[in-house]
Amino acid sequence: MRRFDDPATLRALVEDDRVHRDVYTDPAIFDLEMSRLWSRTWLYVGHTSQVPQPGDYITTDLATQPVILVRHTDGSVRVLMNRCAHKGAKVVSNPSGNTGRFFRCPYHAWAYETDGALYAVPRHQGYDGTRMRECEAGRGLVALPNVATYRGFVFARLSDEGPDFAAYFGESLSSIDNMADRSPEGELEIAGGVLRYTHDCNWKMFVENLNDTMHPMVVHESSAGTAKRLWADQSADLPKPMAVDQFVPFVSDYQFFDDMGVRVFENGHGWTGVNFSIHSKYSSVPEYEAAMHRAWGEDRAAQILGTARHNTVYYPSLTIKGAIQAIRVVRPLAVDRTVIESWTFRLKGAPDELLARTLTYSRLINSPMSVVGHDDLHAYRAIQAGLRAQGNDWVSLHRNFDPAEIGQTDLSTNGLSEISMRNQFRAWVKFMTHQEKQP
Amino acid sequence: MSMADSEQNLIRFVLREARLLDEQRYEEWLALFTDDGHYWVPLARNQTDPVLHASLAYEDALLRKLRVERLRSPRAFSQQPHSRSHHLLQTPEVERADAEANEYVTRTQFLYTEAQGDAQIHLAGTVFHTLTVVEGALRLRLKRVNLLNCDAALPSIQLFP
Repeated sequence: MRRFDDPATLRALVEDDRVHRDVYTDPAIFDLEMSRLWSRTWLYVGHTSQVPQPGDYITTDLATQPVILVRHTDGSVRVLMNRCAHKGAKVVSNPSGNTGRFFRCPYHAWAYETDGALYAVPRHQGYDGTRMRECEAGRGLVALPNVATYRGFVFARLSDEGPDFAAYFGESLSSIDNMADRSPEGELEIAGGVLRYTHDCNWKMFVENLNDTMHPMVVHESSAGTAKRLWADQSADLPKPMAVDQFVPFVSDYQFFDDMGVRVFENGHGWTGVNFSIHSKYSSVPEYEAAMHRAWGEDRAAQILGTARHNTVYYPSLTIKGAIQAIRVVRPLAVDRTVIESWTFRLKGAPDELLARTLTYSRLINSPMSVVGHDDLHAYRAIQAGLRAQGNDWVSLHRNFDPAEIGQTDLSTNGLSEISMRNQFRAWVKFMTHQEKQP
Repeated sequence: MSMADSEQNLIRFVLREARLLDEQRYEEWLALFTDDGHYWVPLARNQTDPVLHASLAYEDALLRKLRVERLRSPRAFSQQPHSRSHHLLQTPEVERADAEANEYVTRTQFLYTEAQGDAQIHLAGTVFHTLTVVEGALRLRLKRVNLLNCDAALPSIQLFP
């Protein structure tokens, strides 16, 4: 029997207020995370605006498995395993494109319709009298049955078992709503390319950091603090650059981040910035605000624009910033290797300045050349290395722990609390130890 | 004595620019740019727009100074230990020399290495320098660094390729 076959062994890695280091360092745990947590939950695949026309596709990985997101000939969006039914070759290798009506395997030219159905096999007579058409090979590309689209965000669940989409995300979807509602037309469109940043650390270090409010003033002092100082040295009548608007709030004090607040939901989701956030005081764009007033009315527009959350985590694969139309997608590669993708959106009907703003933010904060990102990644790598040390097997998540928080499905508290991480690990235990029904 | 915009001086400028970076003479490097000059590392091949498309870096005077100043900060944790860079350049070619418009463009193939502790990354590409003569001396209006693998998943690049 392998070490983690017994659910009790996994449960023992997560206590109410701390977690065992193995969850970040053990390759066996990583494999189980992919086959359980990442398979039984809803993962972000892509956005419908990336595949507007029939035959349009993007390729990506879900829980290290290659998939294709494609617009089928009937206009619906499908998620297919990128694996030829014949010998298993990845059928599509380009990151995006249009395949027309069919995918064609580059090895033996098996062809598939855009819903995955096997369309044609060269010299098919060779299969007469064989079992090929009655088995998996004859069924074509595996089409994921559990796919859901919410305001253009496409999610999929790999496993047949697990909660349905609405139950899994619940009220946390309001952050996606807020992002889309910031468009005068209520619609988003992926724009501006994708920044992909290789992180040599466990995926959880990144996800936890998104709502870690005790680090910005420490980790980003050298970047945001320097920006603040350089700006203070400039003459007061210069227009404030976007970069200054975006850097300076990172070095707000502890009280600011505590007052920001945090709200968590069951299944590991949550956001910081319940009351306000580092994005609340960006310079206004009058032309955009006027368009919002026209589209939504004064009160509703004020409500939409007044909701400026910090980071919302859609556990485990997606983190979003509704206030600036940016998302970061988590692509785990190995126990100590993760790629973070940063995508940005155009708000349909909004002036270009809004797209320029989110692209500026992404470049300053999320690029492999970002002076902010460098120090974040340094911290994650430091954890990955530090956890090899013996003598203390535990990672502390005690800040503001309250036994009464256990079992709550919707809870708001002070922003400096480490409740986001505890809440994520409660979901982790739930999906890691769930027993599959035996077929 | 040669004119500021002679081919020889254009080439010298490009070589010196890389040397200042590799010798970490950052104050002198910052002074090479015009006031409105930019340092640009596009994200996409043949990218034309640095504002409405993402870039790996697009830095004006303030952002260049920020990257340089931060390197000196004792709290720049990702710079423990400090990184070092090395630019290996092919002889620059003059792409455009327009004395009337006061604009000169050079094109230079490079291999870039950035080392930190036991780790080292290698990047290849083509760099374009857009130069202009200000008060008798060449100044850099745009340094555009086209990385061969600009659209790949990349590790941290902390200095200036």
